[in-house]
Amino acid sequence: MTNSIADIGEAEAILVIGSNTTENHPIIGDLVKRSVTQKGAKLVVIDPRRIPLVEYANVFLQVPPGYNIPVILAMMNVIIAEGLADEAYIAERTEGWEEFKGSVAEFTPEKVAEMTGLSAEDIRKAGRIYGEASPAAILYAMGVTQHGQGTDGVKSLANLAMLCGNVGMPGGGVNPLRGQNNVQGACDLGGLPNVFTGYQKVDDDAAREKFEAAWSVTLPGTPGMKLTEVTQAIGKDGSIKGLFIMGENPMISDPDLRHIDHALDELDFLIVQDIFLTETAAKADIVFPAASFAEKDGTFTNTERRVQRVRKGVAPRGDSKADWQIICDLSAKLGFKMDYTDASAIFDEIAQLTPSYHGMDYARIDSVGLQWPCPDKDHPGTPVLHTAGFARGKGLFQSIAFTGPFESPDDQFPFIMTTGREHAHYHCGSMTRRSKRIDENYPEGFMEMHPADAQTMGVKTGDTVEIASRRGQITSKVKVVDSTAPGTVFMSFHYSESPVNVLTNPATCPTAGIPEFKVTAVNIHKV
Amino acid sequence: MINLTIDGTPVQVEKGQTILEAANSAGIRIPTMCWMKKMRPIGSCRMCVVEVEGLGKPVSACDTMAAADMKVTTQSELLHGMRRDALSLMLVGHPLDCPVCDKGGECVLQDMVWEFGVTEQPTPGAQPTRDIERYISPMIKQWADRCVLCARCVTACKEVKGIGCIEIKGNGFDSYIGPVEGVDCISCGECLSVCPVGALTDGIRDEKARIWQSKRITTTCGYCGVGCQFDLNVLNDKIIRVTTTDHDKLPNFGSLCIKGRFAWEFVDHPDRLTKPLVRRDGELRETTWEDALHTAAKKIKEVRDAHGPDSIAGFASARCTNEDNYVFQKFFRAVIGTNNVDHCARL
Repeated sequence: MTNSIADIGEAEAILVIGSNTTENHPIIGDLVKRSVTQKGAKLVVIDPRRIPLVEYANVFLQVPPGYNIPVILAMMNVIIAEGLADEAYIAERTEGWEEFKGSVAEFTPEKVAEMTGLSAEDIRKAGRIYGEASPAAILYAMGVTQHGQGTDGVKSLANLAMLCGNVGMPGGGVNPLRGQNNVQGACDLGGLPNVFTGYQKVDDDAAREKFEAAWSVTLPGTPGMKLTEVTQAIGKDGSIKGLFIMGENPMISDPDLRHIDHALDELDFLIVQDIFLTETAAKADIVFPAASFAEKDGTFTNTERRVQRVRKGVAPRGDSKADWQIICDLSAKLGFKMDYTDASAIFDEIAQLTPSYHGMDYARIDSVGLQWPCPDKDHPGTPVLHTAGFARGKGLFQSIAFTGPFESPDDQFPFIMTTGREHAHYHCGSMTRRSKRIDENYPEGFMEMHPADAQTMGVKTGDTVEIASRRGQITSKVKVVDSTAPGTVFMSFHYSESPVNVLTNPATCPTAGIPEFKVTAVNIHKV
Repeated sequence: MINLTIDGTPVQVEKGQTILEAANSAGIRIPTMCWMKKMRPIGSCRMCVVEVEGLGKPVSACDTMAAADMKVTTQSELLHGMRRDALSLMLVGHPLDCPVCDKGGECVLQDMVWEFGVTEQPTPGAQPTRDIERYISPMIKQWADRCVLCARCVTACKEVKGIGCIEIKGNGFDSYIGPVEGVDCISCGECLSVCPVGALTDGIRDEKARIWQSKRITTTCGYCGVGCQFDLNVLNDKIIRVTTTDHDKLPNFGSLCIKGRFAWEFVDHPDRLTKPLVRRDGELRETTWEDALHTAAKKIKEVRDAHGPDSIAGFASARCTNEDNYVFQKFFRAVIGTNNVDHCARL
């Protein structure tokens, strides 16, 4: 997030797009509700589903999956046409404006209404609400990024925020709500193929030399393969022979599971480190038992860049060990000693090598954490990014050409399926489904289908259907609700009994490598 | 800014602050039971009564605005008596089952009764005749007799969570907290966390412990990216529940969702991996760390020597700590010699 969670309470208007906030980030969902009911903030919701926040919205744009970009373009078209753009901010803080302005001109509300089936008047209203408010916050999640044009979707939101002077403003910002407890931290700490910690590039000589000196080794200077490239490569060209997976379950969470299943069989070795024998671990050659979050010390970095302590409450179960300890032990076997006395010592090394974490240590983050960047020991942390300028100097407006999702409904696959989470379960379900009380009360998933489609197909809630895509087929029970529009169905991916990612499309956004989970053409038959 | 005096101390606050907020800012304690900083004043408990010069009778400090030149008294014989009366009223029909109540030792009512020296329970009249349905959340146990009807739970559910699935039902001493028809509960446990007495208790685990018997370890939730802070309550190396007692703490102010508050039983699920496993003759078999690490190192070395470091890839994890991820990527870059390291951020 460019801004802080508490900041949402300062916004005059909130745009929630591609985020089922109350289910996936319930505490932020609560804050959005309170902003509306207690502080009079206006709310625009853009989502293919009638999510719970719609009840609080001034405008709800029920966008077909894959059509965020034209809707954002049309909102910007309205803002420009009605003189709501922040000319002073644009002149002072941005560049590329004139060219960008031209690229938005054709996306009139009427044109986009025709593309999407939305009402042009509602698009106008949404544009006005965002354009007239100051500050206005944008909250988004995987509903924006898990598309073939995910990166363009994010850029579009950045354009919108700059257009109205909302970047660098308390109560404004472009705020991705990170879906996993430490997805921010895993990125910050160099769990990416092209960067070391703090986004220092592996192909930057100065950065690489710094890490070479610190670690006393020679390091490779070519960016590695993205996760989605790795899984594709295993099956195709055999360039990946060995895979080590720590705390992930691609056998449920990756797109096109049948491919993953076959690909993992092709490996010379698969090492999996986890707390359960997940569907992925069951395929491994070697499985390392890891300690859960309750059994170790460390830190997580939350969605607002706040680094917070994780504290050991109970001992590691059985012979399990903290993940870092296992890696250190393995490293020693390979002749490279990493002798950390505890998690705090690792954090000190991180702080030493990472400018944005440089001012942090366990004592400083003990109470309420610190938000990066925190460059020195006296720095109070940074609640709002880009207040004085952007990382690159001026904010660059980037024109976006909309190309549409990879798959569209056709005669063979007439429905569009989109995926997400439910409030009681989490991701692959390996934890929540093994929490007895949760699983007892939320034991099964459903495919949500609009009453009109259900009537045509002659199915009712509780019936079982077979759902097939170009990649595979699964069965699921149906829940008839009007949360999606006719022609669109929704499934969550928590349930291995109905592994929805058997169906999803592995084609990715070329920049981010994120699969288009949110748009899958399917057909559905009553069983 | 406005100036007033509280117990003779000059206090300066911004306009729009209540007497209670003004007193708190000056470090002057006024007893409260229903008031919580994160909610609008409820004004039900009458414990925060104060005298204001010029006003005929005491007012509640939580919902009376501080005004310029106000002279406030927070301690007097009259106020003490009123607070005792308020407590006595709460004790009518309240079972004195403190020895077996989960809340014993951290109960606001227990603390107040002790503080104000209320030693006699008023004779209960007719016993309540509530016909109480099961509590709306299956994660929570309701003990209606212990309820003091402070309405914290009802207010928090509606105001903090925007749900409003519980309400005060019935009249007088027969009143109780019951479900609002047609509104679904999401089992977030907000009601449980704000209950000042033992009227709502955690229904997940049978093991329980007094506040002084169990340890409370503050940590960060391991589910979504909000990073909620909560306390693991640990007895004999087992988690017995998760609590939030600090309602002023960033970033969640004591609120949690169903996952944070109740989805921790996985920690002791029998499926937990407790030994390293190595596949032999097609089967994953339990083994020692020494064997598993040796086998893994051997395979890594073989593949790296035969096909080069870039033939190996690693997936770090958005579920693990910063320290775990740092060490993982360091291992791949410095030890294996490849940048093929990524994680599930894209999924």
